[in-house]
Amino acid sequence: MDPLLVLRGITKRYGGVQALAGVDLDVRAGEVHGLVGENGAGKSTLLKILSGAVVPDAGEVRLAGAFLPTGSPRACEACGVSTIYQELSLVPSLTATQNIFLGHESSTPGRGAARRNAMRERASSLLAELLGETREGSMIDPDRPVRELSVPERQMVEIARALSRESRLILMDEPSATLTEQETARLHATVHGLRARGVSILYISHRLEEVLTLADRVTVLRDGRRVETIPAAEATLDRLIRGMVGRSIREHYPKESAPLGDVLIEIEPPDGLSVRVRAGEVVGLAGLVGSGRTELVRAIFGADRRPGLRVRWCGHVVQARSPAEAIALGIGMVPEDRQGQGLVLGLGVDVNIALPSLDRESGGWLSPARLRDLARPLIRDLQIRLADPSQPVRSLSGGNQQKVVLAKWLARRVRLLILDEPTRGIDVGAKQEMYRLMNQLTHEGKGILLISSDLPEVLAMSDRLYVMRHHRVIAELPEGDRSPETVMAYATGAVGATR
Amino acid sequence: MLIRLLRSYGSLLGLLLIGTVLSLLSDRFLTTSNIINIARQVSINAIVAAGMTVVIITGGIDLSVGSTIALAGCSALLVARGTGDLVGMAAGLGAGALVGLLNGGLVAWGRVPPFITTLATMTIVRGGALVLTNGEPIVQSTGPYLWLGQASFGPIPIPILLMAAVLFGTHWFLARTRWGTYVYAVGGNAEAARLAGISLAGIQILVYVLAGALSGLAGLVLAARLSSAQPNTGVGFELDAIAAVVLGGTSLMGGEGTIWGTMVGAFIIGILNNGFNLMNVSPFYQLIAKGAVIVLAVLVDQLVKAGMASGRAGSPATTTVGGPPTA
Repeated sequence: MDPLLVLRGITKRYGGVQALAGVDLDVRAGEVHGLVGENGAGKSTLLKILSGAVVPDAGEVRLAGAFLPTGSPRACEACGVSTIYQELSLVPSLTATQNIFLGHESSTPGRGAARRNAMRERASSLLAELLGETREGSMIDPDRPVRELSVPERQMVEIARALSRESRLILMDEPSATLTEQETARLHATVHGLRARGVSILYISHRLEEVLTLADRVTVLRDGRRVETIPAAEATLDRLIRGMVGRSIREHYPKESAPLGDVLIEIEPPDGLSVRVRAGEVVGLAGLVGSGRTELVRAIFGADRRPGLRVRWCGHVVQARSPAEAIALGIGMVPEDRQGQGLVLGLGVDVNIALPSLDRESGGWLSPARLRDLARPLIRDLQIRLADPSQPVRSLSGGNQQKVVLAKWLARRVRLLILDEPTRGIDVGAKQEMYRLMNQLTHEGKGILLISSDLPEVLAMSDRLYVMRHHRVIAELPEGDRSPETVMAYATGAVGATR
Repeated sequence: MLIRLLRSYGSLLGLLLIGTVLSLLSDRFLTTSNIINIARQVSINAIVAAGMTVVIITGGIDLSVGSTIALAGCSALLVARGTGDLVGMAAGLGAGALVGLLNGGLVAWGRVPPFITTLATMTIVRGGALVLTNGEPIVQSTGPYLWLGQASFGPIPIPILLMAAVLFGTHWFLARTRWGTYVYAVGGNAEAARLAGISLAGIQILVYVLAGALSGLAGLVLAARLSSAQPNTGVGFELDAIAAVVLGGTSLMGGEGTIWGTMVGAFIIGILNNGFNLMNVSPFYQLIAKGAVIVLAVLVDQLVKAGMASGRAGSPATTTVGGPPTA
């Protein structure tokens, strides 16, 4: 039998980043096809191409032999491809029925009230069928606004929406990420039911065990390429993980270890392990997206509250209730979202660099000359490329913008720097400069807490490495056992927590 | 280059253009006495608009300024009856600052959107002024307070000098103090500002108190001009102030804007009023024309911005529009 979906040579570049490089993929009719890979392996890009949100640079997509139109979500849906995103795309204030038929109301015959009743009945029977397949849970009232439904119920509505369009292929992006065990079991039953109807499912998940039990075949992506497609029956957790992270540690991590000083900070979350950072040390936090790394460091920095978190700074218990208090202690943070949280894009480079230091450096008065004097040495040391120190940060490249965020904290002379995904979205050259700066900072006796979803990076650049899962620090990896496989095994839950 | 000039000096060009046309249409327009007259009429709006500019740069808005003008004038004259003009004037300024504190507190701590907050206080403060005065005007035709509105220093009336002082002061605040920089940072990206250690609540309260106090000052000047305080005065003044700010190129989204722009904006409105009066245009048509000018100005600004965005693609080299003025 010919496969339902055929991808050949799908290629996509974003600027300097090769998101997908010649990916081939077949999905058979009535198959659950698992898709796994590290963050940045190209899963989401692939999904976006199939759902019509992104146009590939090269390659072809065929559904049941016919070319799938690219670049038009509506056209893709009309051809029978539906997508269920992790962030559900329902309208909260509309009812289940209205959501199921949103945008294709006219596919139901009748007019006015007659059509509304017909839609309601069809929605009702679709939802009942879905629930009948799971033999569990109570019926969803088709007249209830979606905002009153639970997450799994909303997923059910999304699936009913797909069925109402007679979709032949349903793309699911991390559908179980926010579900409990029980809810996940229900979702799996629904997926099996869909398969029994002959619907194909492309199932993306970070939970590898889940993929192994649910899928018929699994495809592993790494760095935008397909590593292999294997029947789930032949796959093991080990084989998937090796496929996902298999690259050799690249040569380009110029890590130098610096002499260690006193303990700067000890972070003691309410449960799980505590984390210590010493002066001159880079401590890595690895884990999957959503494992709670960003939440933890934001709480340390006083940006969010986290009850039960205890922080010792230089031996004293402290609690930063605002970023201002954390900064006063000597902590700086380069946030994950550089443009949204790290920079005021419309203001000048010099103003951005000086912002956290103004209370200390300038008294109350401020002159353009003084701002420039504050920023100039940092612009020089960090080699920020610009025409004029007062030009808006918006006009700099991504790598240079990231250097400005770093420069803010160097100007303030903080002792501990939290770097949350510091090299995301910047090119290889800028990454190298970032690594060298990290070496330089530790040699100056600063401590660094590094979050990175780039496994080789966090492995190579950290002196010590912790792994987080489900909002807990579950392991500190000993020096001798720091392989990507071990990290992924902890991060995906293949290995339990250590104490 | 031309586009950049237009963007920076567009409203000034507009002012000169309107001025030129009016001086051709009326020979009374370009006389010293008329110019001083215009400046005096503009002074109250300019004082209010200076505070409004600072609020709008943080991404907020203050609709309560008109009511605050009335409350400040009335409380000043009421207090002055018992304790003398100086204490009265302090009370007027204080009343304005208190309204600002209420606005700032609700916005910063109560997380009530500025539009809603100040829409509510606009009504509350108006009601307060009416309660205080029982709805009656308070007339006081003698006393040192009249100096604020009726005296002159040489040929220049005091309100004009006050306006100049306020404009210089707020410009200095925005351009040359760290709190001014924080105002731009909060309006440009509140989360980034917070993560840089800036107290959002502190800045928000500061700007609303400043706007309230400046409205209070405007209320005193107005009362002194009229030798009386009226609880019903100042209705719609917030709209003139916002119009001046917008005409001056300040973005309602926050993060950019200058006091000089606002000054030019206030003068555009003043000069239009004056010109229409000189030419005996019906006040009904004046309203229509004023609104049309505002829409036109913003439309032109959008076009210029779009032109700049496309023109910038080729050369990354710098346009320093919007940042703190570095004059």
